[in-house]
Amino acid sequence: MSDMSMDSAAPRRSSKSLHEVDARTRRRNAAETRFKACGIGAIAIGLFFLVVLVVAIFRSGLPAFTQTVLDVEFALTQEQYEDAESQLFKTKAYSQAFNGALKTQLDESGVTLPFDEASIERIAGKVGGTIREYFRANEDQLGQPTSFQLAASSRVDGYMTGRVTRDGFQDSRFLTLADLDLVDALEDAGIIRTQFNWNFITGADSGVDNPGGAGIGASVVGSFFMMLVVLFLSLPIGVAASIYLEEFAPRNRFTDLIEVNISNLAAVPSIVFGILGLAVFIQFMHLPQSAPVVGGLVLTLMTLPTIIISTRASLNAVPPSIRDAALGLGASRMQSVFHHVLPLAMPGILTGTIIGLAQALGETAPLLLIGMVGFVARGYPDSFIDGFVEPNSAMPAQIYTWAARADAAFYDKAWGGIIILLMFLLTMNIIAIILRRRFERRW
Amino acid sequence: MPLLWLILIVLAIAAAGYVLGRSRALASAGGDIRQLHSLPSYYGSNAALKAVVPALLLLVLWLIAQPLYINSVISGTLPDELISEGSSRGLLMAEVSRTAQGLDLAVSQGVIDEGVASDPAADFNAMTDRLKQAGAIVTSQITQPVLNAAQRYRSMSHTGTAIMSIAVIIIAVLGAFYGIRQSSAQFRARNVVEQGVRVLLVAAASIAVLTTVGIVLSLVFNTIEFFRLYPASEFFFGLSWAPSFSGRGGSSELGVLPLLWGTIYISIVALIVAVPVGLFAAIYLSEYAGSKVRAVAKPLLEVLAGIPTIVYGLFALLTVGPLLVSIFGDGGVLGVSWQGGGRAVITAGLVMGIMLIPFVSSLSDDIINAVPQAMRDGSYGLGATKSETIKQVVLPAALPGIVGAILLAASRAIGETMIVVLGAGAAARLSLNPFEAMTTVTAKIVSQLTGDSDFASPEALVAFALGMTLFVLTLGLNVFALYIVRKYREQYD
Amino acid sequence: MNDMRLLERDVDAKDIKIAARKVQVYYADTHAIKDVDVDIEDKTVTAFIGPSGCGKSTFLRCLNRMNDTIDICRVEGDIRIDGEDIYDAKVDPVQLRAKVGMVFQKPNPFPKSIYDNIAYGPRIHGLARSKADLDDIVEKSLRRGAIWDEVKDRLHAPGTGLSGGQQQRLCIARAVATEPEVLLMDEPCSALDPIATSQVEELIDELRQEFSVVIVTHSMQQAARVSQKTAFFHLGNLVEYGETGQIFTTPQDPRTESYITGRIG
Repeated sequence: MSDMSMDSAAPRRSSKSLHEVDARTRRRNAAETRFKACGIGAIAIGLFFLVVLVVAIFRSGLPAFTQTVLDVEFALTQEQYEDAESQLFKTKAYSQAFNGALKTQLDESGVTLPFDEASIERIAGKVGGTIREYFRANEDQLGQPTSFQLAASSRVDGYMTGRVTRDGFQDSRFLTLADLDLVDALEDAGIIRTQFNWNFITGADSGVDNPGGAGIGASVVGSFFMMLVVLFLSLPIGVAASIYLEEFAPRNRFTDLIEVNISNLAAVPSIVFGILGLAVFIQFMHLPQSAPVVGGLVLTLMTLPTIIISTRASLNAVPPSIRDAALGLGASRMQSVFHHVLPLAMPGILTGTIIGLAQALGETAPLLLIGMVGFVARGYPDSFIDGFVEPNSAMPAQIYTWAARADAAFYDKAWGGIIILLMFLLTMNIIAIILRRRFERRW
Repeated sequence: MPLLWLILIVLAIAAAGYVLGRSRALASAGGDIRQLHSLPSYYGSNAALKAVVPALLLLVLWLIAQPLYINSVISGTLPDELISEGSSRGLLMAEVSRTAQGLDLAVSQGVIDEGVASDPAADFNAMTDRLKQAGAIVTSQITQPVLNAAQRYRSMSHTGTAIMSIAVIIIAVLGAFYGIRQSSAQFRARNVVEQGVRVLLVAAASIAVLTTVGIVLSLVFNTIEFFRLYPASEFFFGLSWAPSFSGRGGSSELGVLPLLWGTIYISIVALIVAVPVGLFAAIYLSEYAGSKVRAVAKPLLEVLAGIPTIVYGLFALLTVGPLLVSIFGDGGVLGVSWQGGGRAVITAGLVMGIMLIPFVSSLSDDIINAVPQAMRDGSYGLGATKSETIKQVVLPAALPGIVGAILLAASRAIGETMIVVLGAGAAARLSLNPFEAMTTVTAKIVSQLTGDSDFASPEALVAFALGMTLFVLTLGLNVFALYIVRKYREQYD
Repeated sequence: MNDMRLLERDVDAKDIKIAARKVQVYYADTHAIKDVDVDIEDKTVTAFIGPSGCGKSTFLRCLNRMNDTIDICRVEGDIRIDGEDIYDAKVDPVQLRAKVGMVFQKPNPFPKSIYDNIAYGPRIHGLARSKADLDDIVEKSLRRGAIWDEVKDRLHAPGTGLSGGQQQRLCIARAVATEPEVLLMDEPCSALDPIATSQVEELIDELRQEFSVVIVTHSMQQAARVSQKTAFFHLGNLVEYGETGQIFTTPQDPRTESYITGRIG
C-alpha cells in the first residue's frame, strides 16, 4: 500500500496526539525519575559504605605490616664486656656503650643533635638488655663489629606511619617533642627506617605492654585447627543428614521436626551457640577451655544448618532420571545415591561447605564464651594433637582481644589482623567460585 | 591423649574385622565372587560396622554418664557445714572438680608426682602453691575436705576411664568377631550394611534436633538455677541493671528491661538504615538495572554480607564512632554537643544497618522476583509507568514476603553480638537519646560470662536467663517470619 | 455452518487505525519478525493466526511497545496509529499504552479488590475527578466487560478469587476502563474452558462497536467466529492478510491453505 492510505488514517476521536506529552504524563515521568533515582541512590549508598569500609581497613591496617627499626653497627671490646659484667647495673653499662656507638655513627653522618640515654630508651626501649643477651650468647663476637636491628617503640612506630603527629603533640614520659627531632635526625642519617614486619604474620601475641611485638601467626594456627575440626565433622555429618532428608526420609512427624529444626537453627544467633558450647562442652563434658577442639565443635554445630541447606540443594539439582537409571540396572537405593547422585552433587556440596567454613572462620561471638578471648596465645602448639587441645586463640578472637586493649597501638594490629582474616575469606570464596564455575552443570 | 588412642584402637579393630570378614566370605564361596550374595566389600564393612558403632556408642554414653555419676557420689560425701553463706553445693562441686583438674595438670607437668597428688594427708597449703605454680586456676585457698574430695574425684575418674577403655575394646572385638562369623556366602551382607548406613544417616540428621535440645536444656537448667538465686519477677520487670562486681551475689540488680530496650532501640536504628536502602537497592536491581549493572552491583553488595561481624565491630569502634563524635560531639561540625563518646546507640545501629543492607536486599530481591511477570505486564499494558507498577502492583503483591524478610533482619539485629560489644557501650540505660551509650542483651551475655565471677553465681547465671530471653525472642521472630515467607511462596508456586 | 456466518459478515471498508510498514523485530540475534506490512481498521476485530512461534504475539506486542520491557528486543520499521509514529522519540510509551490497551493470555488480576483492579488504570491516568466519578467508571467498565452482574455484590473482594473466565473478563474490563482506542488481546481464551471462551468471544464481538480489536489466537475456529479481518503469520512473515471469509474459504497462498487444512502448525 502507498503512503496515501496511511494519511487516510486520520485522527478519529478528540484524542490527544501521541507526539505531545501531556502535563500529567510529564508529572508521572518525573515521579518515575525520582523513584529510579532513589534506587540508584540506595545502590550508591551501599557501595559507598563498602568503599568506606575497605578504605578504613586498609588505611588503618597497613601500618601493622611495617615496623620501625634502628640499624646500629656496634662493636664491644673484651674489656668493655668484662667491665660491664662486673658492674652492678649491667644493662646500663651496655646502654652507655651503645649510646657511644650511636653517637659516633651520628657524627659520621654529620648530624649533631644532643641526646641522652633517656630519650634513646624512649625511642628504642631498653637496648642494654638486648645487647647483653646477644654478647653473652655469642662471646666469640666480642670485638667484632656487629650490626643490631632494634625495634623502635610503638609510639615512634606511630610517628613514622603517621598515626602520631607533631600537631597537638604533648610531651609525656613515653615520648617528647625533642625525641621526635632525634627520630627525624636518625631517619636522615639512615639509622632509623621502616621495614616489612614478618613478625606480625608469623609471630605470636605479645603482652599488653608490647604492641610492636604482637603477631597473628599463633592465632592463625588456632583458627586452622578449628577449621580442621569443623571440616571433618560438618562435611560428613552434613552430607549424611542431607542424603537422609533428601533421598530416604519418609514424610512423617520426625522428618518435619528435623526440617523445622534445621531452618530455625540457621537463624539462631551465634552467641546462643556459644552458650551451648560453654554449658555442654566445658561445664558438662569438662573439655579444656580455650581449646580449638571446643571452638571447632561449637562452630560445627553452627555451620551444620548452612551446609545441610546447600547440600540438599545440590542433591536436589541432580535429576531423578539418574537415580532411575541406576535403580533400573538393579542397584539398591543406597548404591544409586552413593555411586551416582553423590558424586554428581559433590562440586555443589564442596562449594557450600567452603562458604560455610568461611562463615565459621570469621565468627567471633561463640568463641568469646568458650574462653578463646583473653587468652594470650604466646606460642605455637608443640605437636599436632596439642594443636587441638592446647589453649590457643583464633584470628577473630585475637582481633577482638587487640581491639579491647587500652594501648591504641594495638588497634593497628587489630586492623592488620582483619586484612589477614579477609585475605583468607577472599581465598576461600574465590576457590568456591572457581569450583562452581568449573563444575557447574546444567541439566 | 588416651581417648584418641582408644578411638584409634577401635578403628584398628574395625580395619582388621573388615579384612577378615571379607576374606572369610570369599573363602566360603571358594574364591568365586559370583557365589556370594553381596560384593565382598559388604562382608568386610559388616564386620567393621559391628566393631565400630556399638563401641563408640558405649564410649559416648560412658563419657556423658561418668562425670554425672562421680559428681553425685562425691557431692553426697561433702558435709553440709562446708557450704558457706551465699554459696551452694554446686559452687563447692565446681571447686572440687577444678581442683581435680589442677592436680591432673600439675602431675602432667611434673610439678608434683602421682604419689603426692593422691596422698590424702597432703598439706593443702603446699598443694595450693604447687597448683598455682603449675598454672592451674585456683580461685581461693583449697581446704582440706575439698582437696580430699578432689583426690577421690580423681581416683574415681581414673578408675572409670580405665574400666571404660577395657569395656569399649571388648565390645569392639566382640562386634568384629560376630561380624566375621556372619560372613558366609548366603549372608545378606549388603542389606545389613545398608540398614546400618541408613541408621547412621538418621543419626546424622538427628543432630539438628539434638543441637536444639542441647540449647534448650542448657538454657533452661541454668535459667532455673538462676531464678532460684534471684527472683524472676525482678529479672523480668526490674528497671535497673547493676551487677555487683564481687561475683558472689548480694547487692546485684539484674533487671532485663534496660537491656531489652537497648537491644530494641539499636535494632530499630539498624532497620531504619537497612530497610529503605536494602529495599530500594533490591527494587533497582530487580526492576531497573540492566544485566551488566546487576552482575557487578549485586555481588559487590553481597560482599558486605560476607564480612565477619568482628570487622563491623572494629569499624564501629574505631571509624564510625569517632566520625560521629566529630559531627555530633563537642566541638564537632554541627556545633552541637549531643554525643559524648564514640560508643553510642547510633554508632552500633548505623553499622549494624550497613551489615543488614545486603541481607534485606537479597531476600527482598528473591521475593520481588517471585512476583509473576504477568502481573507487571498487566500493569504496563494499562499504561502504568515502572514506578507505578512497582509501588501499586509489585510491592503490594510482595508485601508479605518483604515483611517476612524485615522480621528476619530484625531477628539478626537482635542477636548480633560483636557490633554491640564493641560499638554500643557497656552502660545499661533506659533513655531515648540515640547519642548515648546503651547496652544490649547479647553484650551483657558476653560480659557476664567472660568476667571473673563464678559460673554458679547469679551474676554469671543471669547470662543464661538473658540467653533464654534472646533465644525465645529470635525464635519467635524466625518462626513467624518463615511462616509468612512460606505462605507467600506457596501463593505463587 | 461457519461458511454461512462468514457470508453474512459486514465487510464495509473502515478507517485505518494502525498502519505498519516494514516492521522487523530482533531478539538478540534472532530475526523474529520480517518485513511485516499491515493496516488495521478501526471498529473491527482483526485476528492474527499462525503456528506457534510464528511471531504473531511478538508483532502484537509491538503495537503498544510492550516489547520495550524486554531488554534484548529491538524493533525496526514504522508503525503509525492515527498517522502518528509510535516509535518516535517524542512518544511516551505510557501514553501510548493508555491508548492501546492489552489483555494477556493468562488472566492476571492484581492482588487487589475487584474495584481496585478496575480503578487502577483510571487512577494512574487521572480519568476520574471524584470518588463518584470513579465508581461510575468502574461500574461502566464492568458492564462493558459483561461481568457486572456477577461481581456487583462483592466489589471489594479480591480479584484473584474469581473463576478463570471471570478473571479474564475482569482483565478485559480493566483494560476498557482506561478508555483505550485499540484493544490488543494475546490469546485471551487459551487458558479458559469452552463456556468461558464463548462468553469472552461474545464480549469481543460487542467491543467491536467502540474499539479496534486485535486478537492473537491459536484457534482458527475462534478467528473465524470473532474476526472480520485475518492475518496469517508464518516463520516471522505475514503471509496473507484479508477478509476473514476470504482467508478461510479461498486462501491465496499455499502456506495459508496448508495451515487452514491442518497440514502445518
